Amino acid sequence: METLLDVENLWVKFPSRHGVFDAVRGVSFTLGRERLGIVGESGSGKSMTGRAILRLIRPPGIVEADQISLEGVDLMKLPEKDMRSVRGQRISMVMQDPKFSLNPVMTIGDQIIEAYRLHTTATKTQAYEKSLEMLEAVSIRDPERVMRAYPHEMSGGMGQRIMIAMMLIPNPEILIADEPTSALDVSVQRQVLDIMDKLVKDRGMGLIFISHDLNLVADFCDRVLIMYAGRIVEVCDADKLHEAQHPYTRGLLNSLPRLDQPRDRLDVLKRDPDWSIAPSVSARL
Amino acid sequence: MSMLQINGLNVWFGKNQNRVDAVRQAKFTVAKGESFGLVGESGSGKSTVLRAITGLAPNWSGTMDIDGQSLTRTRPKSFFKTVQMVFQDPYASLHPRHSVDQVLGETLYLHGFSDIDARVVKLLDDVGLGQKFRFRYPHQLSGGQRQRVAIARALAPEPRLLLLDEPTSALDVSVQAEILNLLADLRADRGLTYLMVSHDLSVVGHMCDRLAVMNNGEIVEILDVDALRAMKASHPYSQHLLEASL
Amino acid sequence: MADTQTLRQWLLTETPTSRRHAKLSAIYQGWLSFRSNTMAMIGLVILLLLLFVAIAAPLIAPHDPFAQDLGNRLAPLGTDGHIFGTDSLGRDILSRLIYGARITLYIVALVALIAPIAGLLMGTIAGYVGGWTDTVLMRITDIFLAFPRLVLALAFVAALGAGIENAVLAISLTAWPPYARIARAETLTIRSSDYISAIKLQGAGPLRIITKHIWPLCISSLIVRVTLDMAGIILAAAGLGFLGLGAQPPSPEWGAMISEGRRFILDHWWVATVPGLAIFTVSLAFNLLGDGLRDILDPKASE
Repeated sequence: METLLDVENLWVKFPSRHGVFDAVRGVSFTLGRERLGIVGESGSGKSMTGRAILRLIRPPGIVEADQISLEGVDLMKLPEKDMRSVRGQRISMVMQDPKFSLNPVMTIGDQIIEAYRLHTTATKTQAYEKSLEMLEAVSIRDPERVMRAYPHEMSGGMGQRIMIAMMLIPNPEILIADEPTSALDVSVQRQVLDIMDKLVKDRGMGLIFISHDLNLVADFCDRVLIMYAGRIVEVCDADKLHEAQHPYTRGLLNSLPRLDQPRDRLDVLKRDPDWSIAPSVSARL
Repeated sequence: MSMLQINGLNVWFGKNQNRVDAVRQAKFTVAKGESFGLVGESGSGKSTVLRAITGLAPNWSGTMDIDGQSLTRTRPKSFFKTVQMVFQDPYASLHPRHSVDQVLGETLYLHGFSDIDARVVKLLDDVGLGQKFRFRYPHQLSGGQRQRVAIARALAPEPRLLLLDEPTSALDVSVQAEILNLLADLRADRGLTYLMVSHDLSVVGHMCDRLAVMNNGEIVEILDVDALRAMKASHPYSQHLLEASL
Repeated sequence: MADTQTLRQWLLTETPTSRRHAKLSAIYQGWLSFRSNTMAMIGLVILLLLLFVAIAAPLIAPHDPFAQDLGNRLAPLGTDGHIFGTDSLGRDILSRLIYGARITLYIVALVALIAPIAGLLMGTIAGYVGGWTDTVLMRITDIFLAFPRLVLALAFVAALGAGIENAVLAISLTAWPPYARIARAETLTIRSSDYISAIKLQGAGPLRIITKHIWPLCISSLIVRVTLDMAGIILAAAGLGFLGLGAQPPSPEWGAMISEGRRFILDHWWVATVPGLAIFTVSLAFNLLGDGLRDILDPKASE
């Protein structure tokens, strides 16, 4: 499989009063035209990994890596100006809550058109046509009405689909989705995932899917990285996640209540300090 | 005899043309010692039912009986000794400037206990936190620890009915397991009755004996947990919800 | 150094062992983040100096601030024995500045006591109770806000009579509405939060909720706002003094000193400039301090 993104030995550090805090410690992985899941609990560094790739960590946070190369170009060495054209244009990001990502005082149409024209030299009419097309691509019925609407008139699922549409306009090679469905109801969750799945398949994009939900990732992704305390503790194929070996992954799986296997008590994860000391498992192919 | 009996409950917000009917004609009964679940998607009115019981949603009609006593417009102080609530977001339900000691101490003081010090110690032990957390502020606690403090606060007046509003949805799965185990233990030890709201069918399936499925403010079906596990819902909406959550 | 090291560790612990320990630890951590803000520290040092000067005025002032020496009037800067020169009656300007610091602090302290507390009361009650109470209280606030501050203060002083206490009262009466607005806005967001719902479920009444749960959260943003406003208050007091409605001669109030120096501003510029610089420095110090306090006290900014 061809490699889109190659991350080697990525560290994210935050200096604080109590010394340097390492949010991500030596993470390495590659991404091809596939759906790569990153799972972990809060504080495991999964979101930081996604942000670090786009160099979105704000100072005093520090990003260090041997390389983060996008088709041979090392993003770590790019000047900020070139980085800006990578963000959005070649790598897009979808955040958890669409409410905070859309401008509340602009119509959705204006925002999509603006995003589109920022990346291309299209005229307003062309941009409008293209925006309608994008909204249709994310299965929004009656896109003309949605174009005229304001974000607060949209439901959570609609908002998230609009965000995905906006992110896809410049036709990026990689989409980073940080908990894109956590704020949505289960039935809507399915629809949003189906749309992302279709886009990845049709356009041959690489998708980094960051989530805390093991079952969702097992269901939806091709390959899964399990992160704990800033490190990758295990890499496995998504369909084999339920046979995972690492005690942490096993612990997470066993702590989930299940309808088909009633138990009196849930298993509680016993954390082994060794897990956070052990070196990160490489997920480079 | 039933702990909670709700009949023809309507709850609404706003008035005239802005009126939103959040709950319509809800009817269910929770027996003493039972654990009853309310499930549904966001906006289905499941949390509003809890807020109506506690008096936090003031506009309601119908009847609500707690342990045979009908509720009126205002809640007497004795009501809060019987019914307590644990909120969804442990990051929002603790006062940011109050230490654990202050939170529990004030609650105990308000309920007229005199041996406050000893009770704070006991409560912290009961929820598995221990002494070293007593003087910490919320920002020094993790999400799971905060939720334990919130549970301790709800247990302080020694209630018999505990309303749980998505008590684990803001927590990691491993912490969720700890909190759900704690809630199960507390129920067994103290003979509590639970009314638990959740969007997660597997959590409700684990914790509850019976559950009501809500959609658009209405209870569409009440089923017991065995039917849930066997995926035997009779209403199409509950069946749809079951399939989506697998 | 072993002792201080353990004290520091004791203060920085994540596991306080008593109520007092937790309080001290919180204060120390606030002090640490305040100390890392250089500008705020400069402000604090200037204000501490001002406080020291005010307390020790009789000891450090080289002359009696009221002693006239008509033979040596309007002496320039750097004159022997009068570093900042003398004014139109031959009084030493430095000594008058030093004694004036007392008046400035007096004004600041009184206004800082009256205006924010009045605003806090009005704002939190209006915000928490809502409905008619809110409407009535906020319309009163609007009426006060509609007048230009100095003009309203002028009217009050004119009615109450000139003098420093009346000036302070007038300034306070015109300064509280913005605090009421802030307190009300904060209360509205706090009121609907889960922790207020939680304490309601313990049967707490409105009085307890307002004083014990809402006030502690409003006060920090009010303190910040008050320190930022202090500069304006000093200027308003100076303005009233300048107009002859505040402190009365021969009181060495800084605004009144500028007012006296005005007549000679072209030929003897220092008479008005030196107190002007003093007002400027203290106002700046309060602004710097306010910015620093905002960083540590404002819970919204720190999250």
